[in-house]
Amino acid sequence: MLAFLRDRKVRGYIFQFLSIVIVVAFLWYIGVNTAHNIQQRGIRTGFGFLSGTAGFAINDTPISYNEGDTYARVFLIGILNTLIVSFVSIVLATILGLIIGVLRLSKNWLVKKLAAAYVDIFRNIPILLQILFWYNVVLRSLPDPRGSIDFFGKIFINNRGFYIPRAAYNSTTFSVIISFFLVIVFLVFLNKWAKKRQELTGQEFPVLLTGIALFIVVPIIAFFIGGANFDFSYPHLNGFNFTGGKVFYPEFLALAFAITVYTATFIAEAVRSGIEAVDKGQKEAAASIGLTGYQSLKLVVLPQAVRIAIPPTINQYLNIVKNSSLATAIGYPGLVTIFAGTTLNQVGQAIEIISMTMAVFLTISLTISLVLNWLNHKMKIKER
Amino acid sequence: MAVYNKIESRKAPSNSIGFFHWIRENLFSSPLNSALTILGIAILVLIIPPFIKWAIVDANFKGTTRAACTGDGACWVFVKMKLDMFLYGFYPEAEKWRVNLTYGLFFVVIASFRYLKGSMLKLSIAALYFIVAFFLIHGGFFGLTNIPTNKWGGLMLTIVISAVGIVCSFPIGIIFAFGRTSELPIIKSISVTYIEFIRGVPLITILFMSAVILPLFFPEGVNFNKLLRALIGITLFEAAYIAEIIRGGMQAIPKGQYEAADAIGLSYWQKMLLVILPQALKVAIPNLVGTFIALFQDTTLVLIIGLFDLLAMVQLTTSDSHWIGYETEGYVFVTIIFWVFCYAMSIYSKTLEKRFNTNLK
Amino acid sequence: MEQQEDVIEIRNLNKWYGEFQVLKDINLNVKKGEIIVVAGPSGSGKSTLVRCINYLEQFQEGTITVNDVELSDDVKKIKAIREDVAMVFQSFNLFPHLTILDNLTLAPIWVKKTPKKEAIETAMNYLERVGIADQAKKYPNQLSGGQQQRVAIARSLCKNPSIMLFDEPTSALDPEMISEVLDVMIELAHEHRTMVCVTHEMGFAKKVADRVIFMESGQIIEENDPETFFNHPESERLKLFLSQILSH
Repeated sequence: MLAFLRDRKVRGYIFQFLSIVIVVAFLWYIGVNTAHNIQQRGIRTGFGFLSGTAGFAINDTPISYNEGDTYARVFLIGILNTLIVSFVSIVLATILGLIIGVLRLSKNWLVKKLAAAYVDIFRNIPILLQILFWYNVVLRSLPDPRGSIDFFGKIFINNRGFYIPRAAYNSTTFSVIISFFLVIVFLVFLNKWAKKRQELTGQEFPVLLTGIALFIVVPIIAFFIGGANFDFSYPHLNGFNFTGGKVFYPEFLALAFAITVYTATFIAEAVRSGIEAVDKGQKEAAASIGLTGYQSLKLVVLPQAVRIAIPPTINQYLNIVKNSSLATAIGYPGLVTIFAGTTLNQVGQAIEIISMTMAVFLTISLTISLVLNWLNHKMKIKER
Repeated sequence: MAVYNKIESRKAPSNSIGFFHWIRENLFSSPLNSALTILGIAILVLIIPPFIKWAIVDANFKGTTRAACTGDGACWVFVKMKLDMFLYGFYPEAEKWRVNLTYGLFFVVIASFRYLKGSMLKLSIAALYFIVAFFLIHGGFFGLTNIPTNKWGGLMLTIVISAVGIVCSFPIGIIFAFGRTSELPIIKSISVTYIEFIRGVPLITILFMSAVILPLFFPEGVNFNKLLRALIGITLFEAAYIAEIIRGGMQAIPKGQYEAADAIGLSYWQKMLLVILPQALKVAIPNLVGTFIALFQDTTLVLIIGLFDLLAMVQLTTSDSHWIGYETEGYVFVTIIFWVFCYAMSIYSKTLEKRFNTNLK
Repeated sequence: MEQQEDVIEIRNLNKWYGEFQVLKDINLNVKKGEIIVVAGPSGSGKSTLVRCINYLEQFQEGTITVNDVELSDDVKKIKAIREDVAMVFQSFNLFPHLTILDNLTLAPIWVKKTPKKEAIETAMNYLERVGIADQAKKYPNQLSGGQQQRVAIARSLCKNPSIMLFDEPTSALDPEMISEVLDVMIELAHEHRTMVCVTHEMGFAKKVADRVIFMESGQIIEENDPETFFNHPESERLKLFLSQILSH
């Protein structure tokens, strides 16, 4: 019998069995207590609450919403708002991070030091503090609507928001938007064709320049085809406030700016380490075989740098999505704010609500991780 | 076939060295560079002088009331009068010496580490320090009055949460790192599930969970005060990140180390604790310090669940009717404190990295 | 020659890595005090075979009996075998975070529960034997490759094993350091320890081996005493192998 217990494999099984027992026992203990406590406090269970009436206002909604809508709609709006602010922040932070990362390696001493200072400053201030600072100090110190900063009488900036003209959902707008997508698709095929042509004839085709030109010319043509009239609705002062036009509320702006500035520091570091990781010898070899600076960047340095810089950058995208939950501190109607916040306060079903919230974030995280794994796999340098 | 005399070194031509040469090379070497330099100087001029004017030149330092803040500059009088709130929260005036003593003892302990040898001794002293610190701050024993946790606040609370967070999440993280690298499938699955779940959700949802749902998990009588709930949430959260960092360290260790430890007869736990973990920790130290910095910053989130850490103090102090409107000064002050702490820790991390790099070479 | 007992008995050993069979029907007996050299091209399975003897590698078919104890998953048996079977690795595998002395005393203190003083005495003894006593307080990375491997040998001697396994001990060394390690191994060979060595150093084999075994593609092709093995090889594959390694 004892020899049986000394067997390595048997010990492994016993240990795992005990672990499962402990985990299950703990979960059972929690479950029993929770059921009891829920009953005691008269909290309801189940997801029926989702069809209840929300009864509160939300100021920033991408889809239509009024107080009579259901909590399910609130959930949806929360998800949309979280995705919107995350997407905007991701785009801005990537651009800013790319610029700062490259500047950090500049030969210009002043520029290099300024970029380094930027990273060292904003990386060491908590993100929540930055959000509150933007919201309570920067944006609040903007003038009242009546004294707005205005650009050409069409764009207004004040402490209630950032107001720009809004194009109507008409044929002109749609045709311009569609034209952008068409240009992107066309460029993808153009790139493929250009590569093939280069393989056959050796001639290069200026895809980048063509692309830039197309992005400018085609939407303009589409604009005229679509009726040449965006039918803008302009923001104008109505009493104490602005109406009309498209408004970006201070909550959105503060959140987006703070997250952008903060995350750009990490992306800048990722970009820098990617470029630095490319051996100096690579640039020298590229130069010695006659490639121009731009060619060496495009064909030799960037492909290698990108391989190293992409995983941490995508990790930062994940952090952006998670940090957007801090919207709750300034009232931006993200998922945590209006669902795990207001709805939870009204309905009280904490377990269901927080689980749903976590499930949304988990799904987004897993999706981003899968994208990262796919990218890594595609870019892997083949080894023996 | 030719023989040459030795040539003495000469000074370099004057236009390739010296201050002006450096300026030319680094700041104005090309039109683009010159433009960037001018842009950079412009940015500095736009930001620094106005800030110095606001923060120092026009600022008010003397006085005790709002009336003393006359100028356009910063009203540091506000910060001065509310300094106790920022640093100690609601800790009673008469007992503040206890917090100061705890800070002082911390530096004594750190200094003593330089002269003490042996990790067991250091660990024991560190453990002893935490016990003493707890008694000092919490009170209720040895004649010290009990200061309930809802009176802890400000910088002191931030430090307490960070310290407890790092100390408690560390061993849990190690356990999950071992679990994730284990060959036993059940253990590995449990660890992976825990780690990936925690890393996929924002800290605020974990804090909400521990603030609202945790009390439901336990029978009626068991009471968790607010601070304890926050500490549990933060500990469980950071443990997952520490687990991944330690696992990264473990992966940097060659397989031969595991084999050699097996070959000389060490058991699993002996192998992990005596051979693998020490090496993994060394490799992981820069990342571990990075996590500590992140933890220190993450403690600000407790203000969302109603604890009054350093950041929360800004809103709290400006809600005093006498001092309304001075949030800017409050935020700037708190920003400086956080920045100094975090920057100091990042410098420390860089020196640690250098030291260990030379060690391992 | 007196009747020596078999300290290692390998019967019908077969091992697969996934679909790939890496050891085929290995049958081998090693007598007490015998010096066995295992040679062959890379990928022949010789390292795998040796690593099976102290159960660093497991196998699907066959039996291995060491000192009358049959290898299995029984923890106590594994421990007993590893106390008497020592291994020297190609990449030394010294513990970089411990001093040389600590590297040697680790196992005696924690596994055999030897008092520290005694462990240090024994350790210093063996360090002197391999000629590194003056480096006892240094760290592995401060020593040369040859010195590290000698420390590794000393580490494995600390438990006074009756069987020593060597997995290409000099393959990772710069040429000028190979002889210092081989000298130590030759000394050990004169002490009647049972040794199984995987090595390319044919000079060593000629000097001290009792038997040389040639493996290829996972099986034993030929085994003989050194004289016959090197000067009168029988199989074609061994002839080819010898011509390749002895041509320079």
